[in-house]
Amino acid sequence: MSTALDNSMLTLVTFIPLAGALLLLLFPRRDRDIRLFALVVSLLDFVLSLHLPVHFQRGQPGFQYEVNSQWISNPNIHYHMGVDGVSMWLVVLTTFLTPLCVLISWKSIHERVKEFFILLLVLQTALIGVFVALDLFLFYFFWEATLIPMALLIGIYGHERRVYAAVKFFLYTMVASMFMLAAILWLYAKTGTFDFVGIQTAIRSGQVENFASAAPWLFLGFFIAFAVKVPVFPFHTWLPDAHVEAPTAGSVLLAGVLLKMGTYGMLRFNLGLFPEQSRSNASWIMVLALIGIVYGALVAMVQPNMKKLIAYSSISHLGFVVLGIFSFTQAGLDGATFVMLAHGVSTGALFMLAGILYERRHTYEIAEFGGLATPMPVYATFFLFIVLASVGLPLLNGFIGEFLVLSGAFRDRAVYGILGATGVIWSACYLLWMYQRVFYGKVTHQINLSLPDLSGRERAALWPAAAVALVMGVAPLLWLNAIDPAVQTVLAPFSQLASKVAGR
Amino acid sequence: MNSANTMTQVIPQAADYVRILPEIVLAVFGMIVMVLDPLMDERRSQKVLGAVALAGSLAALVATLFQSQYPGLGFWNMVRVDSFSVFFHFLVAAVTAVVILTSYDYMEVQGIRAGEYYALVLFGALGMSLMSSAVELVLIFIALEISSISTYILAGFRRRAAISSESSVKYFLLGSFATAFFLYGVALMFGATGSTSITVIGDALRSGHIPILAYVGVALMFVGLGFKVAAAPFHVWTPDVYEGAPAPVVGFMSTAPKAAVFAVLLRIMFQADAPGRVWLIWVVAALSMTLGNIGALVQDNVKRLLAYSSIAHAGYLLVAFAALPNNGIPAAMFYTASYAAMNVGAFAVISHIGGKGERYVTLEDYEGLGRRSPLLAAILTIFLLSLIGIPITGGFFAKFYVFSAALQANLVGLVIIGVLNSAVASYYYLRLIVVMYMREAREDVPVSPIPVGLGMALAISLVATIYLGVLPGRVLDYAARTAAEWAR
Repeated sequence: MSTALDNSMLTLVTFIPLAGALLLLLFPRRDRDIRLFALVVSLLDFVLSLHLPVHFQRGQPGFQYEVNSQWISNPNIHYHMGVDGVSMWLVVLTTFLTPLCVLISWKSIHERVKEFFILLLVLQTALIGVFVALDLFLFYFFWEATLIPMALLIGIYGHERRVYAAVKFFLYTMVASMFMLAAILWLYAKTGTFDFVGIQTAIRSGQVENFASAAPWLFLGFFIAFAVKVPVFPFHTWLPDAHVEAPTAGSVLLAGVLLKMGTYGMLRFNLGLFPEQSRSNASWIMVLALIGIVYGALVAMVQPNMKKLIAYSSISHLGFVVLGIFSFTQAGLDGATFVMLAHGVSTGALFMLAGILYERRHTYEIAEFGGLATPMPVYATFFLFIVLASVGLPLLNGFIGEFLVLSGAFRDRAVYGILGATGVIWSACYLLWMYQRVFYGKVTHQINLSLPDLSGRERAALWPAAAVALVMGVAPLLWLNAIDPAVQTVLAPFSQLASKVAGR
Repeated sequence: MNSANTMTQVIPQAADYVRILPEIVLAVFGMIVMVLDPLMDERRSQKVLGAVALAGSLAALVATLFQSQYPGLGFWNMVRVDSFSVFFHFLVAAVTAVVILTSYDYMEVQGIRAGEYYALVLFGALGMSLMSSAVELVLIFIALEISSISTYILAGFRRRAAISSESSVKYFLLGSFATAFFLYGVALMFGATGSTSITVIGDALRSGHIPILAYVGVALMFVGLGFKVAAAPFHVWTPDVYEGAPAPVVGFMSTAPKAAVFAVLLRIMFQADAPGRVWLIWVVAALSMTLGNIGALVQDNVKRLLAYSSIAHAGYLLVAFAALPNNGIPAAMFYTASYAAMNVGAFAVISHIGGKGERYVTLEDYEGLGRRSPLLAAILTIFLLSLIGIPITGGFFAKFYVFSAALQANLVGLVIIGVLNSAVASYYYLRLIVVMYMREAREDVPVSPIPVGLGMALAISLVATIYLGVLPGRVLDYAARTAAEWAR
């Protein structure tokens, strides 16, 4: 494959959705054409993004498909993009979910259709940008750029309390990322560069003055921004509101990709730039992660609202990711990355399924349903499959990641592993109980008898998710052999750190 | 021509006139408007006079470009053409062009028939241009008066609205008071240093002993100029005046005269090396940011909201004045340019939405604008995001340069106040965005399609805002030349 294509691939994948959005601006308001065009653009982007894993040099550490050129000379900002095994799969996850979002919004969005798909495509560009940016300024820019389309998607197309949810979401994450901006500016002031690799080298070789005294604060500055995004308990209160009020596609991208920005940020920046501070702060962060796992699960259990239940389950699952990241073990980090991907696919699918039901009944209340397996057998099958994937049934995608995280956590400290493992049990409880209440038994509401089963379009949106959930469970190595070297690079300073401590 | 010669010359040379070429051009076009006005048919005159005025502002732009080839002093060392003055001349002329384009349709909708409107805009621009190139305090005072008197009258142009006359009178009374302060400061400065020339004052103050009179002189001049840029605690007039004045005029007077006054401040603070600069500025900047933003939080009238926002932005801008010259000056200049671009654009949108008699200026009237007029709403959103300081808009780099200049001068406290203020500010700008997109449209608020003139005005300010946000390098480098020139 030509190197020119390799070099421009990340730029193409990042900006094709934006270009599509700009073209959509010029479209006449014929909703059907707009939907089709958005689908074509997002599919094209997905196909292009597959170039990344196909031509990825596995087993090779460091960033690939790099582009690096000067953008602005003062401040010294570079257009520096590149992916490693972790971010590459997150990019593909984004491009994979977006066409499904377009399909699932086909009918449920019938007003201001044009604006909706423009926002969706702009959001996609921003999300991909977050994962590929290797210049801290560029990263911060994309990070903030995700906020506006997401807040608008919630605020315009959401349900009853949409404005409240959108504003809460915006303010929470905006204020938190101010701390990250402060930390980034401090680093720039001391190193004269925004380049991730450059700053990393400067820190490791001890060229940054006053670094020792500032590092704990810098670590916190980054961590708070990421913790709100993940969200780590107790910064999670924006999430249930945002999810419940968001339109289906918004929820899918929110849970599927946006939350991973936080965990990705921790892995890349907290661990990558501040290994010592990560080590010293790990204990309380892991405690927060465990609280998140158990608390999220317990609150999910008692939710009468299906979408809120899935939202709280996200808090629980993302707790696993944080647990894995701060275990500083190979297995833990591999698992954390895998959970990010698996959760993106299966929770994305769960939100799509909830959205399909909402389109038919205009409610998420679990009590409104019951016995749905009779009128909607295909829907029930898909739902069960995804629930099992999410619960962590072996041979499906949820299992691999959680298993790796837990084994990593055990190695770090057994009690973390044990407490974390209860999370798996809890998730089985609340998801299966919800499934039982919605699908089994007699049909309790007459209106549910006449609900139509899945349409061809809805199946087209669900099949890929289900298929990927299965493949990820059966052949996880396809993903892990790219993730593994990246994780080793992240962990390299930690083993040195450990041997330094042991030698003392 | 060297300066020793010019002192003895009695008759100005051709080169002297080149130094004030843009001012001459503006004056000539202003007078053409005045002369044409009574000769023309009432109904047709608006369009023609507007076109003449537009041509005048564009000619001033060209004159500035021409003038930039011939830097140096003129008119017995009273005027100095350097990259600094060229920068501000360009800015003032561009803002004037945008304001004239906005007024074009506004005047027709409001039913205001007055040729002198355009003449006054041009004369005001003349004063503002002269402020940025004058290096002699008395000439600066005269330029300030030319600019101020034009804007006093412009503020009262909605003659049928009582609130507009109130605005004009209030602005006039308080403004004259403020200029008196400035003049008194000039007098004391003359007493302290024996000169009214900025460079001579600078040399005298740098030479060692600083008389107490100089401190008082700087403080009084600052009171006068602080009033003009609406910096706290001299800001009380701003919301009332902005509320009453015609929207395009507010767009004009919140950007161009402010830019010019900031230019004067830069010359006094840095070129004349004013004593007591850092602490004076520290206090005023912190107060302006805080009072402006807190005041804006509770506003329901969009014009008043932007009035408070402009107080806050004066505060951010002043932060740069407390920094060191080599990065404070370019940061302040960049901020002025990007603030002018986004604010004049925002007021252009507001003047269109206001409709006849500016009836629709409350937040409620903006409900559902995203549905009624998606284009206008999207454009206003971009300006608001720039005012918040979101990346890829000029507002972001403006704040970035100002705060990083302050950090390099170790003004950590001021930067923290500034950053917290930007966070607070995002709330009220977002409130407007939320109202536009997330509330239901109110049927009884009509929005007419965008006329050509306004479209061009919006396009110019939008392009400028985005350009400054994507490729800020060239403008900043140009501004940085000033610091280098002054240091020599």
